[in-house]
Amino acid sequence: MNEWRIHPLGVLRALLRPIDPWLLLILVALLGYSWVLMMSASPERVATQRVHFAVALLAMWAVALVPPKRLLAGAVPLYLAGVVLLVGVLVFGESSKGAQRWLSLGFARIQPSELMKIALPLMLAWYFQQREGMLQAADFIVAGILLAIPLGLIVVQPDLGTSLLVAAAGAYVLFFAGLSWKLIVPVALVSIAGMAAIVGFGDILCESGFDWHVLREYQKQRVCTLLDPTQDPLGKGFHIIQSTIAIGSGGLFGKGWMAGTQTHLAFIPERHTDFIFSVLAEEFGMVGAMVLLAAYALLLLRGFMIAARAPTLGSRLLAGAVTMIIFTYAFVNMGMVSGILPVVGVPLPFLSYGGTALVTLCIGIGMLMSIERSRQAAKE
Amino acid sequence: MRRQRPVTFNHNPLLEKGLPAWRARFVLLALLLGSAALVGRAAWLQGFNHEFLQAQGESRYSRVIPVPATRGRITDRNGDVIAVSTPVRSIWAIPGDARLTPAQTRQLAELLEMNVADLNRRLDSERDFVYLRRQLSPETARRIADLGLPGIHQHQEYRRYYPGGEVMAHVVGFTGVEDSGQEGIELAFDAELKGRPGSRRVIRDRRGQIIEDVESIRPPRDGKDIVLAMDNRIQFLAYSALRQAMQQHSAKAGGVVVLDARTGEVLALVNAPTFNPNNRTGLSGAQLRNRVLTDVFEPGSTIKPFIGALALERGKVRPDTTIDTESGRMTIGRATISDVRRYGVLTVSQVIEKSSNVGTVKMAMNFAPEEMWSLFDELGFGTQLDLGFPGEAAGRLRPAKSWRPIEQATMAYGHGMSSTLTQLARAYLVFARDGELLPLSLTRVESAPAGSRVFSVETARMMRAMLENAAGPHGTAPKARIEGYRVAGKTGTAHKLEGGKYVSKYVSSFVGFAPVSDPRLIVAVMIDEPSAGQHYGGAVSAPVFARIMEGSLRSLGVAPDAPLVPLHLANRVEEQKGNM
Repeated sequence: MNEWRIHPLGVLRALLRPIDPWLLLILVALLGYSWVLMMSASPERVATQRVHFAVALLAMWAVALVPPKRLLAGAVPLYLAGVVLLVGVLVFGESSKGAQRWLSLGFARIQPSELMKIALPLMLAWYFQQREGMLQAADFIVAGILLAIPLGLIVVQPDLGTSLLVAAAGAYVLFFAGLSWKLIVPVALVSIAGMAAIVGFGDILCESGFDWHVLREYQKQRVCTLLDPTQDPLGKGFHIIQSTIAIGSGGLFGKGWMAGTQTHLAFIPERHTDFIFSVLAEEFGMVGAMVLLAAYALLLLRGFMIAARAPTLGSRLLAGAVTMIIFTYAFVNMGMVSGILPVVGVPLPFLSYGGTALVTLCIGIGMLMSIERSRQAAKE
Repeated sequence: MRRQRPVTFNHNPLLEKGLPAWRARFVLLALLLGSAALVGRAAWLQGFNHEFLQAQGESRYSRVIPVPATRGRITDRNGDVIAVSTPVRSIWAIPGDARLTPAQTRQLAELLEMNVADLNRRLDSERDFVYLRRQLSPETARRIADLGLPGIHQHQEYRRYYPGGEVMAHVVGFTGVEDSGQEGIELAFDAELKGRPGSRRVIRDRRGQIIEDVESIRPPRDGKDIVLAMDNRIQFLAYSALRQAMQQHSAKAGGVVVLDARTGEVLALVNAPTFNPNNRTGLSGAQLRNRVLTDVFEPGSTIKPFIGALALERGKVRPDTTIDTESGRMTIGRATISDVRRYGVLTVSQVIEKSSNVGTVKMAMNFAPEEMWSLFDELGFGTQLDLGFPGEAAGRLRPAKSWRPIEQATMAYGHGMSSTLTQLARAYLVFARDGELLPLSLTRVESAPAGSRVFSVETARMMRAMLENAAGPHGTAPKARIEGYRVAGKTGTAHKLEGGKYVSKYVSSFVGFAPVSDPRLIVAVMIDEPSAGQHYGGAVSAPVFARIMEGSLRSLGVAPDAPLVPLHLANRVEEQKGNM
């Protein structure tokens, strides 16, 4: 076979080679689940979401074709662009619901904080890659600064949910890079103590007029609503009450597809986006929820396999962080919908309606595929 | 090609290890804990709290809503509609959903006939449900629906419409905005008219829109139609005659009752002043009063025939027995009873014809107070008629034991006692029905109910003849006569009592029946405070009686029992005789 002759099938094979069949299988299953749910939750959006699916899968494939080394090489410009855009949001951003999150580029509105969810772990992975073999404590300080800059810019927008997710994405890289337990443990303890304080003294803290200083009033409200949703049943507690009712009334096997009363009578807020899990739990019951959890578990398993076998430090860190981000999204969303976490605007990965988050996540999957392909290529 | 790619860092032994084992384990642990939390929460909600949460969900969408029953119609005896329910729509809003542009608000306010500020105040309410306007015509409601405004909803109601307007107002009464009777027949027969609302179970979404009709729990049972005894034509005739007389005599108020002498049915029942039941804004209590049933007055001379009949019945007198009315004055104790004129010696028949107080009192003083009391009681005075009409008055009839002689004397000519006009009209049934009294009915009856005998046939007929004379050319009410029919009746002119004293204000009345040969109708007319000069019953009320009686008999097709001599000719003949 002549190496230099371009054979059509050969080109196709080359183009498809980076696709990881396992990841693709799980992803398609999740998107199929999303499609089925969307037909019930918001049939008029199915067509648009199909376009989102196509765009996201193409983005995944395109990223998968790029070797990890090139991906990491793009980290610095991507990161810098992200920071510049975040500054731009603060200066020129459009206000919506009391927060500046959007930046209008004339032809489209973009949310630069979404870009940061990918750009930050990529940047940190790139940095540790550069410092491979000579890692010192000072590197973690530099990494901390790289993390703090975009984080601060997102916090002041203000957008608590996204900043927590971006912080988590960065923190995963630091953790996998070997951040000292001496640092992790105190931070973890302070967080746990803070949580305990909120739960323990919630009544006092949630009294109106009590200023939390650290969080804004609406953020305080969200935490307080979580502690006792019935306090404000018509306002912010409404979401949680309605979604727990939906989940609970689903029972073991659910009410059946298209038969969820809370869903179809518009009691569930944002039922096609953030609260799609309550639609799932109401219509397909506990069995349906467990199927979803199993799909996520398989995805994580594959992700960690790829991370564990990744050939370079940078790609390993990137794979680990991407996998953990998917888990975090899923956990925070399901926790919020079922009422064990406060309401933060996090979509359910691959299931919620909307293009931005889906594309971001699929780019992450594409990175995993690219990393896996590079390992196989290295062996060949 | 791939093999030529530089793979320098791939062989770094440090990296071959992959993730440090303890970090991997920590990550695994965190993942397991997170998953366990989610699974635990799912088990808690979907396993343990499943039924509670399902019930909670159901209580949020499942509603039992009432299905209104259509209120029954009210018709007159011939089936003409007097009250009917027509569908209307009420406009309501969920203020939280009603985000209107100023232009939309203006449009809506215009259709609702409200001013914009009022509308905005209602839409600013904190509540989830506010009525914007009730009982709007379906046409306007449709135009509002066509605007497609968010948060503005409507639902169907019924509104009562009264085609008879003010003519029927007091009989029919009216309903309130919740479609329940508040006055008149609407109140008296509310239970029958109302029917029973049904109920349905429906599924509503968060905005209150009905998504699905699940089941009908109970079908509505529409109200029954009520057929009144009333005759539209007679009612209208009575109304216009009364109104004309009130204007002519500048009277304060008035009433007419028309009874069917054969069945006891109330064919007409008119009050003035009246009101329009279709537009009840700015109503006064005086307009609302159903005087002929709820107001009592001293009947005056219209009582005299009963005393005369009692004296005839007991054989104390015969129609031609003479009674000396002396100088028209009579002293009982320290009080004096007087006639308007000095009549001298009169027969019993003439006492009734001329309406002599002295003559009547002389007959009455033959009886013990108990005898007179039981006569009045048998005739229904002092007892409610029990027509089922709200606020019906009983009239005043004091126990006989407490009567002083002067009181017995004044009661003989209708003072010191009181009655409603309807009670008085009913008592005249004994003359029209050969001594028998019937219960009255506001609704149509198929056959006459059992009556009770008060006087013998002979007594009743003798008194009928005397009453015909009273309404004749030499009686007190020649103006009661009508062409083609023989009429009988008695005038009454009572001083009004104000603050316990008789004052120079009058209630003029006339009660009579026709045709005398076979009485068919009883018409009672009462005019309160005629103040244009005349106040005698014969001058004020008798002409009203004549107009109503004549028109009614003709509209019922009752056969005439007198030669059809034009009255003005008859009058001239009588005048010539008088001059001779």
